Amino acid sequence: MSDRVLPDVTAESIKVIAESAGIGQLPDEAAAALAEDATYRLKQITQEAVKFMHHGKRRKLSTADFDNALKLKNVEPLYGFHAEEHIPFRFASGGGRELHFYEEKEVELGDIINAPLPRIPLDVNLKAHWLAIEGVQPSIPENPPPVPKEDQHAADRPPGVTAKPSGKDGTKPAGKPGKAEVKGLPSEVAGVKLKPVLTHELSVEQQLYYREITEACVGSCESRRAEALQSLATDPGLHQMIPRFSTFVCEGVRVNVVQSNLALLIYLMRMVKALMDNTTLHLEKYLHEVIPAVATCILSKQLCQRPDVDNHWALRDFAARLMGNMCRNFSSNINNIQSRMTKTYTKILHDEQSHLATRYGALAGLAEMGHDVVKSLLIPKLKEEGEKVKMLMEGPVHNSVDKTAAEHIRALLLKHCAPVLAKIRPGPDNQEQYKTDFGHLGPLLCAHVVKARQQQQQQQLQATTTTAAAASVVQRPTLQIPQVRVLA
Amino acid sequence: MADPNRTVVVTDGSNDASAVSGAAAGVQSSPKGEKGAGTDPSKMDQQTLAAVLQFLKNNKLRDAEAALRREAKLPDGNGDSGGSSRVATSGEVSLVLSAYESEGDLARYCEYYNSLSSFIESSLDAHKHELGCLLYPVFIHMYLQLVYNRHEKEAHKFFNRFSVEQEDWHQEDLRTLSTVKTREQMEGNDLMDTFRSSKFVLRMSRDSYQSLRRYLKQNEHRELLSILQDHLFIDVFDGVPRNREQVQATSGAMMGEARRDANKVKVLYGLPKEPDINVPLDDDDEGVEGEDKPKKKKQKKDLLLNKNKKADPNAPPPSRIPLPELKDADKLEKVLSWKEGLKRVPLGRENLPSICFYTLANAYQNVSAVGVSEDSSLLAAGFEDSNVRVWSLSPQRLRTMRNASELDQLDKEADDIVERMMDEKTAADSWLLHGHTGPVYSTSFSPDREQLLTSSEDGTVRLWSLHTYSNLVVYKGHNYPVWDVQFSPTGYYFVSGGHDRVARLWGTDQFQPIRMFVGHYSDVTCIQYHPNSNYVATGSSDRTVRLWDVLNGNCVRVMTGHKAAVHTLAWSPDGRYLASAGVDKNVLLWDIAYGRLLAEMKGHTDPIYSLCFSREGSILASGGIDNTVKIWDVQKVFEEIAGSDDLTSLDRASLVEVGSLLLGSFQTKATPVLKLHFSHRNLLLGCGRYQHS
Repeated sequence: MSDRVLPDVTAESIKVIAESAGIGQLPDEAAAALAEDATYRLKQITQEAVKFMHHGKRRKLSTADFDNALKLKNVEPLYGFHAEEHIPFRFASGGGRELHFYEEKEVELGDIINAPLPRIPLDVNLKAHWLAIEGVQPSIPENPPPVPKEDQHAADRPPGVTAKPSGKDGTKPAGKPGKAEVKGLPSEVAGVKLKPVLTHELSVEQQLYYREITEACVGSCESRRAEALQSLATDPGLHQMIPRFSTFVCEGVRVNVVQSNLALLIYLMRMVKALMDNTTLHLEKYLHEVIPAVATCILSKQLCQRPDVDNHWALRDFAARLMGNMCRNFSSNINNIQSRMTKTYTKILHDEQSHLATRYGALAGLAEMGHDVVKSLLIPKLKEEGEKVKMLMEGPVHNSVDKTAAEHIRALLLKHCAPVLAKIRPGPDNQEQYKTDFGHLGPLLCAHVVKARQQQQQQQLQATTTTAAAASVVQRPTLQIPQVRVLA
Repeated sequence: MADPNRTVVVTDGSNDASAVSGAAAGVQSSPKGEKGAGTDPSKMDQQTLAAVLQFLKNNKLRDAEAALRREAKLPDGNGDSGGSSRVATSGEVSLVLSAYESEGDLARYCEYYNSLSSFIESSLDAHKHELGCLLYPVFIHMYLQLVYNRHEKEAHKFFNRFSVEQEDWHQEDLRTLSTVKTREQMEGNDLMDTFRSSKFVLRMSRDSYQSLRRYLKQNEHRELLSILQDHLFIDVFDGVPRNREQVQATSGAMMGEARRDANKVKVLYGLPKEPDINVPLDDDDEGVEGEDKPKKKKQKKDLLLNKNKKADPNAPPPSRIPLPELKDADKLEKVLSWKEGLKRVPLGRENLPSICFYTLANAYQNVSAVGVSEDSSLLAAGFEDSNVRVWSLSPQRLRTMRNASELDQLDKEADDIVERMMDEKTAADSWLLHGHTGPVYSTSFSPDREQLLTSSEDGTVRLWSLHTYSNLVVYKGHNYPVWDVQFSPTGYYFVSGGHDRVARLWGTDQFQPIRMFVGHYSDVTCIQYHPNSNYVATGSSDRTVRLWDVLNGNCVRVMTGHKAAVHTLAWSPDGRYLASAGVDKNVLLWDIAYGRLLAEMKGHTDPIYSLCFSREGSILASGGIDNTVKIWDVQKVFEEIAGSDDLTSLDRASLVEVGSLLLGSFQTKATPVLKLHFSHRNLLLGCGRYQHS
């Protein structure tokens, strides 16, 4: 085990250190003897340092522990400024030698003196909360989510695994949070294990919460709505209520599509977004309700009372983005959400009879699926779609509704295809070339691609400068007493 | 430790830990044949003196060395510092290590070890596990002999071949051992000193012992025999050999198990009779409050009477240890706590406690210690940047006393004089105490909440006044980090323990320790005062828990079973049971009456740093840096053993079946649980520092 666990300081390291200390020719035997002793001392001191870590009640060994251990052994500790975190070794080789070293930057003292003082850290404070009330952990932000995300997977988990006190004697007020009661069938009948029927009873508080949130989400007061959505996006204890929320969304969309109530549909989609943003929830089991609702908001023929005036396009964009996120987060080999959605979209595009708004939705949906989908499914269609747009805009029949639709489709295609084209198509961008490749949309596309290229370049530039700036901000100037820190 | 004075001299003179343990072993007249037992005291002193001088010389403390030489009328060593001291050193070392001198055929050690292990493997199942304990000490001493006799290569080979076979919990010591590769490194290594100066204790049944003897007779491995004789102590008992679980339950300590006779002394673990307290103020208080109070009052009276009547046969006589007189304020305090106790929620399997958790936010420095006052009104946190901060947990804010001239003007006869002494202008939510020069490792409030003790890496214990929020006394004595300090339940006395392996008992008005508890083989990591103030329990990184008698400084219990350093202890309110836990993530429950292990509670996933019994002792709470508080049903264990209480001769740990002792587990978001404390009403308080991910 000594070979595996404990690496030794090698004689070569000792020689390198000696060299950097000004001793040119260290005899091999001396180096070996020193290496052995250095190894022993290092290990001894490390073992002492671990004691300090344990008494500091930490999992991580710190440099201060090491200093204290040195003090314990009557060795002069390292004086000077300390780095909080570890400084990684840099590696260099050349002339047949390999070196590991610390990169020590020279720091201009003037910079440190003239630098603005860092913000004064907040004072230590003491805050109390209920970790448990009579053996039940309340679902408050201070406590971790009642059921960790991983456990929400297991649908057949025994009721109330977490913090399950007596509960069955009926002395407890019914329906405490974090508890699902077993009802009906006994769980074991003649050796056959039956899954207990779980009914999720919501406590009075949860019912109130549910009502408040749903009312606020679809109500008229924008500030309340923002608060409610914030709560949905951050509260850790909601997993018991997701089934209700997903049903609420599903039913809400069904009713409001029929009534073409654009505002409500937008509110519902924002709820979905908030639920998806909540890192403690696992929506996967409720996708069967959520996805149709979202898909409806992308593809439905009519989402508003006056299609010529109302901006239902924004809703379609928003919902398409949500769908894209869902595909990224939840798509797996088993549910195949991404491929199934892509199929739905392409089917609509192939169908010549499909409504223009629906077409727009399908295009938006595809565009949000990511670069690969845009490249393989959208760009080949550019020519065909371009012709359609041209026909609608310049065609003999002047229909304002169709015309706006065409404009939106054109804008959408330009917006999403240009950045992808800028990446995959080698320059220079030639108007004629684009015209032949993409038909009607070619010239416009070309202009957009040029713009996109410029933007990308700018972004790259900015990225480098900002990282440089960030680096200079992050690296607080620290002084270090120069010491030999070379290990080969 | 018959003569405490001498111990003081020895230990104060030689700060070197190894010298202490060496000297201590000698003084204790341990069965270490070569050095301690046979020699007369004067020679002993010479040796000690030589060791002290050597230490001073090594640390270049020339003045001290010269002074000591003058005192002892020894020739000045400066003239021939090169020659004579070298001789002295080597003489000393060889004396110390000569135990490992061996002329035997060292190359055959692998063979011997193999033979022993195959003998154990082939022996009867009944004996196998008891005999298995032999392998580890034999392995260690063989390795050390190889190293000492400069067979480094063989030693390395031997180590690599057999170290993996040792039990998991030995691996930590083995790592330390593996760093020792040459004879020179054997000096000054603490673990090495321990191994050479003390015998490894094994317990086995007579039958197992007989079979071992037969084996040794058949195969005349002289080396093996000499190791067994010189470095092992086999404690033979009559009875059925222990099985694997039983052997494992008590093994794990650095130097083997406790000797049977180590736990034979009777421990007066009972609680003394409560003194009669007649505080008229109390009656007035109750009278004012209303109609339905009389009933309650009667209840309380009953309670008081009950307490008075019950004379615990196991309680020590009240005058056994001189305790500070109860002042009026203390009596009032006691009455108030009883009153609080009346509102206590009974806890148990059916009623789990409520937990109020205090989180320290924005602490850019790690919090290394948290203490809560007995009445749960104050909280003190020690930080790694050597600060201590005191918070009030009650609505009462923290005030300092007025200055002297203002105090002079007060009417001293006034009823509310205590209130008036305080300066309202200074009220604050928390006070910062500066003074230590290293991380603060423990804090302890005095029972009257007027003083606070803290211990630190800088080797000092400091006493702070909570009236002026200033440092009153610095207790120096431990020259190494002090890991823990604790006030006695009656105040005045306190105990500290640290890296120097010694636990010291102090009185707050003396700057020299009153008692020194010497015997641990490694750092004293935690301390708990027994509720009756007559005993002190200490936990150590030698993986044992010891109980010391304050009266005479004797070690009256040694409890082995932990597999890693012990970091926290807790007494049950009745004083009979002790819980301990630490780096090995297990909570062990001990019966002090017989020094036996009762239960082992597993479940934590990281070191445990806090334990606390509920006020009536039915529930144990544990918390650690795995960010969870766990609640254990210890009542079940107590009930189980109540039936078999007459088994005084029960020598082996008979573990209570611990299938479902865990009652609840409560996780915090990202806050390690550094301190748990049950209030008088059985509300569980927890505390820790929020750790940013």
